Amino acid sequence: MADLAVEDARGPRPKKAFTLPNFIIYTTLTLLAIYYLAPLYVMIVTSLKTMPEVRLGNVFSLPREVTIEPWIKAWATACTGLNCDGLSRGFWNSVQILVPSVVLSIAVASVNGYALAFWRFKGANLLFTILLFGAFIPYQVMLYPIVMILRDIGLYGDVWGLVIVHSIFGMPILTLLFRNYFSSLPEELFKAARVDGAGFWRILIRVLLPMSAPIVVVAIILQVTGIWNDFLFGVVYTRPESYPMTVQLNNIVNSTFGEKEYNVNMAATILTGLVPLVVYFVSGKLFVRGIAAGAVKG
Amino acid sequence: MHSVSVKDLSLSFGPVEVLQKLDIDINDGEFLVLLGSSGCGKSTLLNCIAGLLDITDGQIFIKGRNVTWDEPSQRGIGMVFQSYALYPQMSVEGNLSFGLKNAKMPAAEISKRVGRAAEILQIGPLLKRKPAALSGGQRQRVAIGRALVRDVDVFLFDEPLSNLDAKLRADLRVELKQLHRQLKNTMIYVTHDQVEAMTLADRIAIMRDGSIQQLAKPDEIYNRPVNRYVADFIGSPSMNFMQGSIGAKGLTIGDVTLSIDGYKSATKLAKDDVIVGVRPEHVATGNDVADAVYCTKVTADLLEPMGADTLVWTKFAGHEMRFRMDGQVRLEEGQEVEIGLSPENLHLFDKVTEERL
Repeated sequence: MADLAVEDARGPRPKKAFTLPNFIIYTTLTLLAIYYLAPLYVMIVTSLKTMPEVRLGNVFSLPREVTIEPWIKAWATACTGLNCDGLSRGFWNSVQILVPSVVLSIAVASVNGYALAFWRFKGANLLFTILLFGAFIPYQVMLYPIVMILRDIGLYGDVWGLVIVHSIFGMPILTLLFRNYFSSLPEELFKAARVDGAGFWRILIRVLLPMSAPIVVVAIILQVTGIWNDFLFGVVYTRPESYPMTVQLNNIVNSTFGEKEYNVNMAATILTGLVPLVVYFVSGKLFVRGIAAGAVKG
Repeated sequence: MHSVSVKDLSLSFGPVEVLQKLDIDINDGEFLVLLGSSGCGKSTLLNCIAGLLDITDGQIFIKGRNVTWDEPSQRGIGMVFQSYALYPQMSVEGNLSFGLKNAKMPAAEISKRVGRAAEILQIGPLLKRKPAALSGGQRQRVAIGRALVRDVDVFLFDEPLSNLDAKLRADLRVELKQLHRQLKNTMIYVTHDQVEAMTLADRIAIMRDGSIQQLAKPDEIYNRPVNRYVADFIGSPSMNFMQGSIGAKGLTIGDVTLSIDGYKSATKLAKDDVIVGVRPEHVATGNDVADAVYCTKVTADLLEPMGADTLVWTKFAGHEMRFRMDGQVRLEEGQEVEIGLSPENLHLFDKVTEERL
């Protein structure tokens, strides 16, 4: 045993930089990335071209002279019907719909999930099953009944009517999300808080919510993208002056007057998609933070 | 007055009876350990006493007051959990004062109590830290502190040392014992670790399938286990069990017969088949063999040296048997060893009911 050549095997295990599996993986990934990024590329270059250049039809070519005129027009002056203030009106409408909807739905769903996870009241499972069932009912079925309900309570056509609709439709999935997250937290923490004399709300607000940042971020992402991208509810439950951005975009792109301004349409589309994109990029990091660290055995 | 009394307590989850008609009286200042293997209902019982689980039937009294339907915080208890259950976003100070703030206690009184707890547990320098910045032992101290500041009569511990490594566990075990001496509170302590139970307890309740098998002082449980289950559960390595029968000449195990004149039985021994138990440490070896009632030579089949002593596996009267020898005695596997048995060190159990005879 003593004459083993120990000197030959020192230091870290040597890594091969280039192997066949690596080659295949990276090639596939690169091709897929190009495939998915190509439309965005076309949109960006087209939005920066002037109309005469767009008419040439070379969708992949870079703009010969860069112009931001289409962006300005899309945001501020494009006409839909009688309004000629572009997407800006839709943007602010969407914000007015989005913020209360996200806050309200997350506030209610977190309480739902908390009650279902920790206070196992009678019929909790039945309630949860019914709630989940709601996630599978197609929107079209409920479209008109909701119109009737909103009309009866006087909120039809009002932004707040749409806020309520969004909050209700987000409830099944958000409740599921919060219930599962709270169930994953150590139950002893909840017990300790009860022994410490904290009640229903105090446990939620002081103990559980401060450690729920990851799931709140997930809920925000889900709701922001879902509500921002919504078209159907927006067009059904609001009036033209309070149409959300998606409906406004559709009206700009589909306006049948005159020539199709592809550069303006592209700019308008990117502008509309910008909010969910920003949310993804900004909040991605928060996903991975282990907030619960230190609560249990470390 | 009893500090904690559990009367006729039952708990079922649907058709499953988790706790069956339990009756326990715990004296003032007593350290009671609930001991049992996992799933025996010991933690469940503790949670019932704490008020964290609603019981199906029965009553719970703490300090003479019926607390059966009281909220956990109203019962005058403090609880320490296995996972420490510290609030991760609060500092140590915040953790200690959370319960007091919930009770709307004046700030001066809160800081006085937190200061006292920090002094007793020596966590003063850690007060501003978050739980994530503490070691396991420090976290458990804070968890104990959280019960301490409540200034209650009864402490409940739910396997508080199970998450710690062996050395730290032994250290904290001693500290807990000292803390009990100092505070003189009633403590109810759940564990599956028999060493913790034996060392800490004034009395031990051994639980199995939701009922209490034996509730007695540690030495009583060790020396006079009421049934085979308790005998098997307490003691490490566990007791040897052999089939035997009682006849005119005494106890017969396989081809061995020995007198049982010295055996203190609870009832009159009938001539019947019995289970014979003998602890590995109660098999006489070396110089003690001379004093034994029965002695013989056995072959050491397998040795497990553990330093202070060596565990020897052998065959005795057709049964597998383990016994302890002084670790300093040189012994080879296959070698013959002289051993001795005495009736006062035997445990006889009914073959059918497995109750102690």
